[in-house]
Amino acid sequence: MEQNNKKSTTTHSIGIYLWIWGLLFVFSTFSYMVDWYNFQGLLRWSLIIFFMLLKAGLIMAIFMHLYWERWAIVNVLLWPMTAIIVFVAIMAAESEYTFFTRALFFVMGN
Amino acid sequence: MSEIDTSKLPQGGKGFAHDFAADQTTFKGMPWGKAMMWIFLLSDTFIFSCFLISLMTARASTTVEWPYPSEVFGLTMFGVEVPLLLIAIMTFVLITSSGTMALAVKYGYERNRKMCGYLILATAIGGLTFVGMQAFEWSKLIFHDGVRPWGNPFGAEQFGAFFFMVTGFHGTHVSIGVIFLFIFARKTLRGDFDTGRRGYFTSMKSDYKAIEILGLYWHFVDLVWVFIFAFFYLW
Repeated sequence: MEQNNKKSTTTHSIGIYLWIWGLLFVFSTFSYMVDWYNFQGLLRWSLIIFFMLLKAGLIMAIFMHLYWERWAIVNVLLWPMTAIIVFVAIMAAESEYTFFTRALFFVMGN
Repeated sequence: MSEIDTSKLPQGGKGFAHDFAADQTTFKGMPWGKAMMWIFLLSDTFIFSCFLISLMTARASTTVEWPYPSEVFGLTMFGVEVPLLLIAIMTFVLITSSGTMALAVKYGYERNRKMCGYLILATAIGGLTFVGMQAFEWSKLIFHDGVRPWGNPFGAEQFGAFFFMVTGFHGTHVSIGVIFLFIFARKTLRGDFDTGRRGYFTSMKSDYKAIEILGLYWHFVDLVWVFIFAFFYLW
């Protein structure tokens, strides 16, 4: 990190961006490989989510400079994600219930 | 507000408490435009989350077989069936444009007008390529396969509606981004951020911080694609 001549804004060496760029390519290839080799079930889902979060983390931390930001903005941006996770859990339970009632209806009739 | 030297303020968790306890600005040292872009991106995150969560709900609650994206989006190249080929290329194109954008922001802060401008231009062309490939993907699905929002030949009827809504909303974001990238490439190369020339729309002077704000939007578009790629195409 070197100080900019005028303000306190910092600029980073080109290397880190090229590294992250390369890593994003590699992780994208890996997640594509999950489909290429036709992994199924729990292995497929966990690998997809693992590479997805890895890529999202790199983009946010380095490309969007969140790693160098003050904790105020980092907390404001990341805590709301817990609400999304809760929402996912609620709707997962809800859709299971809907599936159950539909299956029941198609078997039993009215 | 952006003139605050944040290196003199408490850092980390103490900085978090300090900034939120302050009776003035919370986001110390951050230009207001950048803070507002972050808040907008946060709200956009919720919109895309709602789309993907409803996709999950529809897919998990239907008793009809969901179309297998690997086959729906597969292309036959030289007689070989390649799964998700176009989508994979689109992913790499978008990541590449995200990389050039990150470098444009870096050169912007170094006040390197030419490198910054040409990298924004490269980013715009990458985005345009992405939108072009998406147009190809849509026309193939609509005209060749006959996918409609209310039905398709592959399986569950909701598939088409979700495909058009999720990728369409993301494609709209990319298209808007491309327009702004071209505008800012022109502004940068013309030297607006060095001469302090006023923008024709806002009549305000701007500087290279605008490039970082534009960059945040563009990286977000890439970020959303990471999630769409995972949950719509790979799942």
